Amino acid sequence: MLLCALSIFVIVLLIAFELVQRSQLTWHKFGLGFFYKVFSDSYSNTPVYWDPVNELFSARPFVYGTLVSSFLALLMAIPLAVGLAIFLTEMCPGFLRSPLAFLTELLAAIPSVIYGLWAVFVLVPLLREHVNPLLIKTLGWTGLFDDSNPTGLGYFSAGVILAVMILPIISSLTREVMIAVPHSQREAVLALGATRWEMIRMGVLRNARIGIVGAIILGLGRALGETMAVAMVIGATPEIHHSLLANGSSMATVIANEYAEAVSEMHLSALTEIGLALFLVTIVVNGFAQVLIWAVTRGTPAQAR
Amino acid sequence: MSSDAFKFRSSLRTATDGLVTVLAILATLVVIAPLVAIFVYLLYMGASSLNLAFFTQIPKPVGETGGGMANAILGSGLLLAVASVIGVPIGIGAGIFLSEFGRGSTLANAIRFTADVLNGVPSIVMGLAAYALIVVPKIPFLPFTGHFSAFAGGVALGFMMIPTVCRTTEEMLLMVPNAVREAALGLGVPNWRSVLSITVKTASPGIITGCMLAFARVAGETAPLIFTALGNQFWSANLDKPIAALPLQIYVYALSPYDDWHRLAWAGSLVLIILIVLAVSLVRYVTSRGVLKGAS
Repeated sequence: MLLCALSIFVIVLLIAFELVQRSQLTWHKFGLGFFYKVFSDSYSNTPVYWDPVNELFSARPFVYGTLVSSFLALLMAIPLAVGLAIFLTEMCPGFLRSPLAFLTELLAAIPSVIYGLWAVFVLVPLLREHVNPLLIKTLGWTGLFDDSNPTGLGYFSAGVILAVMILPIISSLTREVMIAVPHSQREAVLALGATRWEMIRMGVLRNARIGIVGAIILGLGRALGETMAVAMVIGATPEIHHSLLANGSSMATVIANEYAEAVSEMHLSALTEIGLALFLVTIVVNGFAQVLIWAVTRGTPAQAR
Repeated sequence: MSSDAFKFRSSLRTATDGLVTVLAILATLVVIAPLVAIFVYLLYMGASSLNLAFFTQIPKPVGETGGGMANAILGSGLLLAVASVIGVPIGIGAGIFLSEFGRGSTLANAIRFTADVLNGVPSIVMGLAAYALIVVPKIPFLPFTGHFSAFAGGVALGFMMIPTVCRTTEEMLLMVPNAVREAALGLGVPNWRSVLSITVKTASPGIITGCMLAFARVAGETAPLIFTALGNQFWSANLDKPIAALPLQIYVYALSPYDDWHRLAWAGSLVLIILIVLAVSLVRYVTSRGVLKGAS
């Protein structure tokens, strides 16, 4: 039993070791600059980030794509997830509670390739025909939305599908921390004559806020590493655009798209280094989130729901 | 405070309360909408293209209609079998250790933390690791290494199963009442015996469903298979060769320009999702109905 348990350590170390070893080549050539360097095309003077033929590699567009799509996803998912958690724990009539919780659990279990399939055939056309023109018309002046990309793929579509995917994780964890807040807190606030929202704000959210932040960060961890659904809708071009409707690429996506076809050692090594960065970032993000959630739920053994 | 101002504030507070309630209900509806949309679409598109050929034939060449994903179903089955052989025993063992032998110790906490972290490692990174461990090096005396193979895909999936199996096993074991353990120990049974034949046995329905949940989760994983199992258009049940897998096939077909392949992708998704819904419902049934408490 101990051996089995220790093997979990071994696996994590093995992953780290292999990734470090296989990314040596790029590490020695580009150093830390790998993540922010911009190369320039000598003929047209346009920036080049990723050119496997000439062995020029910079992860900058992928880091950018990952950050932008994850940030968009969080922006959309946080209010919805917290709203859902509030509804489920504090307002929902008893007979609806468990079916709704079950439904959100299902949402978490759908494989990402199916999200991608749905996004390609349903979500992207919907965004392309109805939402994007609206965004361009009303928010075009910000420069974040321009209509140079007619496909509907891009950062924004990736952000929307990511939001759908991380919603259940954030909301179920938020629910868990909110349940862990002792009932006496709620009763005390109510006894002072507070309305229900004031009770939720002062009695529940204030006590659970660290755990909610933890849940959000865990959602961020998922969004950063999400591969298939994003690969199917982000457009897969190694460029940086300021328009959210433009095609881009993300760290996980570029690995999925190019690894099986990469032939040169340098190309493989560059992709592995992106993987290593992803691995380290998700470990830090998840570890941090785990500690936060732990800080709230520890010591309060699941109180009555 | 004058009574008018008091009334105003009081109605403002009631209004805020109402507004928040409406917002929370709206948020719930917005969350449920995509879920319903996905299921309706899957049922609609999948059911209309699901037929016997889907389960019995291999993909037709481009341009011919018909065909199925029989080889991908077989491949997924094989990959999952390899994954289970690796993931289930290690996961269960680790779970038993966490709950029965190391409870409360620093080591157990560290392992629990590592398992949670491992759970959050992106699946694509798991694929990279399996590629680096098994696909690239030709390890002497170890079969299946040195090239793309079903075995490599199975190992990647197996590693992904371990943390899920481990944590659910631990949770299920913690649900076993202490009185059961004490009764066994009170009869003079050695601790290892009591753990294996009393505690684990009591929790076994829960542990089995936990394994099914992990199974269903990895059944839909695509990213770790892209450069380990690679995919295959033909029948193959050889662990040493590239193999087709259902999620991989869905991915390739969804991005293809052919309507017929899109149809197959929807059908494949429906099959996958039915498997997953079954597993999740079963887990929920076992954990909520207190099937485990039958022993107490």
